[in-house]
Amino acid sequence: MKKIKKIKIKVNGKFSTINENLSLFTLLNQLKIPLKKVAIELNHEIVDKKKLNNIKLKKDDKIEIVHFIGGG
Amino acid sequence: MINDKLIIAKKKFNSRLIVGTGKYKTMSECAKAIKLSGADIVTVAVRRVNISDKKKPLLMDYIDPKKITYLPNTAGCFTSEEALRTLRLAREIGGWKLVKLEVLGDKKNLFPDMIETLRSTEVLTKEGFKVMVYCNDDPLMAKRLENVGASAIMPLAAPIGSGLGILNPTNIKIIRSQTKLPVIVDAGLGQASDATIAMELGCDGVLANTAIAKAKKPFLMSLAFKDAVIAGRQSYLAGRIEKTIYGSASSPTTGII
Repeated sequence: MKKIKKIKIKVNGKFSTINENLSLFTLLNQLKIPLKKVAIELNHEIVDKKKLNNIKLKKDDKIEIVHFIGGG
Repeated sequence: MINDKLIIAKKKFNSRLIVGTGKYKTMSECAKAIKLSGADIVTVAVRRVNISDKKKPLLMDYIDPKKITYLPNTAGCFTSEEALRTLRLAREIGGWKLVKLEVLGDKKNLFPDMIETLRSTEVLTKEGFKVMVYCNDDPLMAKRLENVGASAIMPLAAPIGSGLGILNPTNIKIIRSQTKLPVIVDAGLGQASDATIAMELGCDGVLANTAIAKAKKPFLMSLAFKDAVIAGRQSYLAGRIEKTIYGSASSPTTGII
């Protein structure tokens, strides 16, 4: 059986190790992110939330997940 | 007064008080204070989701963006690039086009960097944003913001969170008189009467956060600001009397016994 390769990515500034080729959609699901309430950036580019499933994560990818919090 | 609405980017709002959602002890305290203020618009910040603590309460669960207009801000941004990135993300969360731009220039006094602010306003406007712009109480800069397409001018009363009240009422009056855009005094208010003064100067609205959130009794202060803004607006529309240096008796001088 082929061993699944692990890769390192950064999510909101923190390193995370995931399986290679994991889709962004699956990652966000695993993190239990409420997609309707967030915006996502992959390597500084805003990601269209409808296309999350088509995006396979690669080594050193940087993901930012943001939402609204209290502010003046 | 029924038809006296605040109009920003062709959208009508009943309340002339905009409130911030920062600095409250809890989300439920924030939600209650906002409800009491009667505000139709609240400012919100864009920040990273806490991925390690998923039970942390979400603002949207306490303040329904369908019932109240979220005004995403760029608080904490010190460059045009950061501000643009923040607001593009904010728009992505749920289609928000009405935004509050604030590009700070100094960490200590939190004054805006007007060069970066002007540049950002121009870019954002071209991208279809309706930009309400936090700015200095500088009439010339306010005019420049209008010229590059700002949707509202938001001059500071005093440094953010300082509670000093309106330091330069003359400039605020000049800014109001020279523009067709709504002028909303933002930042630095300390108590309800400061909001009344802003409205009496002819401003179209007031934004308050710290003055309410950090008051000893935030709910009571929230109510006070609501009334203060209404009183100030009514006083402005009613038209104040001329000031004179001599007295003028209020009772008739004829028929005195």
